[in-house]
Amino acid sequence: MTVAASLVEFRGVGKRYAAGGPAAVADLDLVIERGEFLTLLGPSGSGKTTTLMMLAGFETPSTGEIFLGGASLADRPPYRRNMGVVFQNYALFPHMSVAENVAFPLRVRGIRGSEAARKVADALALVKLDGLGERRPDAMSGGQRQRVALARALVFEPDLVLMDEPLGALDRQLREHLQIEIKRIQRTLGLTIVYVTHDQGEALTMSDRIAVFAGGRVQQVGRPDAIYETPANAFVAAFVGENNMLAGTVMERHDDRCIIRLPGGQIVRATATGAMAAGDSVIAAIRPEHVETGITPPACSNAIEARVEELAYHGDHSRIRAALDGGGSLVIRVPSTADFTAGQRLPVGWCADRCFAFPADDGTAACQKAVA
Amino acid sequence: MPGSRARPPGVRRWWSFALVAPLLLFLLASFVAPVLMMLSRAVIDRDLERVWPDSAAALRQWDGAGLPPDALAATVSREIGAAARAGTLNQVANRLNYDMVGSRSLLYATARQLAAGRPGSTVSELARIDPRWGQRGIWAAMRHADGPFTRHYLLAALDRRLSADDRIVPVPAEQAVFANIYLRTFKISAIVALLCVALGYPVACLLASLPERKANPLLILVLLPFWTSALVRTAAWAVLLQTDGVVNKALQTIGLIDAPLQLIYNRLGVYIVMTHVLLPFFVLPLYGVMKGIPPTAMRAASSLGAPPVRAFLTVYLPQTLPGVAAGAIIVFTLALGYYVTPALVGGGADQMISASIAFYTNQSLNWGMAAALSLLLLLPLMLMVFAGRTMVRTVPA
Repeated sequence: MTVAASLVEFRGVGKRYAAGGPAAVADLDLVIERGEFLTLLGPSGSGKTTTLMMLAGFETPSTGEIFLGGASLADRPPYRRNMGVVFQNYALFPHMSVAENVAFPLRVRGIRGSEAARKVADALALVKLDGLGERRPDAMSGGQRQRVALARALVFEPDLVLMDEPLGALDRQLREHLQIEIKRIQRTLGLTIVYVTHDQGEALTMSDRIAVFAGGRVQQVGRPDAIYETPANAFVAAFVGENNMLAGTVMERHDDRCIIRLPGGQIVRATATGAMAAGDSVIAAIRPEHVETGITPPACSNAIEARVEELAYHGDHSRIRAALDGGGSLVIRVPSTADFTAGQRLPVGWCADRCFAFPADDGTAACQKAVA
Repeated sequence: MPGSRARPPGVRRWWSFALVAPLLLFLLASFVAPVLMMLSRAVIDRDLERVWPDSAAALRQWDGAGLPPDALAATVSREIGAAARAGTLNQVANRLNYDMVGSRSLLYATARQLAAGRPGSTVSELARIDPRWGQRGIWAAMRHADGPFTRHYLLAALDRRLSADDRIVPVPAEQAVFANIYLRTFKISAIVALLCVALGYPVACLLASLPERKANPLLILVLLPFWTSALVRTAAWAVLLQTDGVVNKALQTIGLIDAPLQLIYNRLGVYIVMTHVLLPFFVLPLYGVMKGIPPTAMRAASSLGAPPVRAFLTVYLPQTLPGVAAGAIIVFTLALGYYVTPALVGGGADQMISASIAFYTNQSLNWGMAAALSLLLLLPLMLMVFAGRTMVRTVPA
């Protein structure tokens, strides 16, 4: 493989549906590399679908430009962009058989006869629908229909495959199964895929990179582990994975470390992310699996006490909801063998590396919205 | 809920039948039965049998070759006299006149002569009263009317008649009107349906593409002719289209025409007004079908490489065809039955078959003829509906 070169570039792209109305997407600068699986992740109304529709050509950017392989897409209509689009509702043509659906992009490109038949058969084999070409789409299950839509979007060897919540209408088991299928196909063919979803779990398992959207702006772009382990702001921390969000006040800041006072007077250390100074309100985010518990105070920089409120058994692990003195609560992930009782006092702690402090003003509203 | 899961299937079936039974009975009594009774008049023929029971029986015995036996002539002669005295000769005379023009005067003249004492108990005696009794025509007419069934009305509706020797022959050219009117009826209906397709398709397209908030007021405009009485609507069109009407004045003012165009009281007027009235029946079913096509279908076609015209022709249009077929068939079948509109805005040569049916029902009181014409209108109509259903079924929505 050649060195990954950027395939798509968004430069200062913005979209307003009504002049003077709110921006659906604002100041978007984003590079998509050839051969990567990029997920646009965000809650509904965050601008991720608008971004995808601008890339597909169904919406026109109000400002900025999009480039494909270095050439501007401004005057190129959707039918000349050579991008395969997979929609949530499949968008199959009900008056055509499965094979006719898959052959459609070939037919409009003037590919007919045995070559078209071979390509259609290959595409159907790729999505494991061999021999179902004569079926009508309405005689198929949701999972099968989405496979047909996928085959149809791949058969003409597009430069780019765009997927708009393709698995949103399927049940969980089928969804997980198709996630694996899509990844397999992407790896086999070396496809570039731009994938829109609001499901952070799906984004984490499938993506090479994730762009987290909120309020029409990209909050963070990075590999899934980077997004999960080092969120750039409170919104990302709250939206991707589960996080305990503790309100507090900065007492001191030293470079990337800060000391925070919680409402109950507890003093904790955290990694400072963003602008903050002594006296500022902050939110400290700590994941349930990074909270340590023990009868003896844990051996890390933050050691405080909490009271067990509730214990929930999850099979492979258990979750404790614990109240902090002075307000606030923590969810703690513990082995399912752990033996705790409600009301018990519990020493808890976590490393400053695992705890991120964000300015309260930039994320509180967003994270509350995302969590709700 | 009635018909819950505890009931056996048989009981449930009867229960659902009981629920629809009142409406079913109402429809049977008020619609199906009267229609069938009316239509049966196209083939049932008891006018002569009712007044002349003995003659009818004797006519049925006769083989129809040559002139009848004198016994039959005697029976007929006797019953002419009896019917004339009872005042019922009129019914037989009318019926025979349908088959042979002049039968009425022949029967009345003969009745007068018989009453005056002239002998009439053999064919030759009757022929001395009027030479027509010595020809086959009147006897064939009586035999054709001997009941209880007849082909006469249906043949007449097809511009055909039974000759004296029982062959089906065309009626004289000056009486052959119905084939022409049927053709005209189907032609007008087909053209109106095509006009509705041409004018309604873009409207339905626009309505389906708009958000509901904007589509609803436009839909009301489309439905407006529904809610206007036929007379008001027609009067409005007359104001617009007459020789010194709004349209002609406007065209003359901008200099497009020198002399006013004849826009109403001819075929053009019929097309304009019928298309206007029937357009909603086309737009509504099509609008429903178009609403059911997800907007992503066209986007998908576009992303797969189809330019707009091609995407429309290969993806959108085929999915709307069931709606087009449904709407066009509704318009066509409704148009077949129109007669008020052509009567008000058409000329004499623009009247449709329903006008003839109305004439035979209300004015000449020849219900056999009205029923036969209706039957011949109904059959192609049912064929159309059936063809439409198969057509719609082969294009899955």
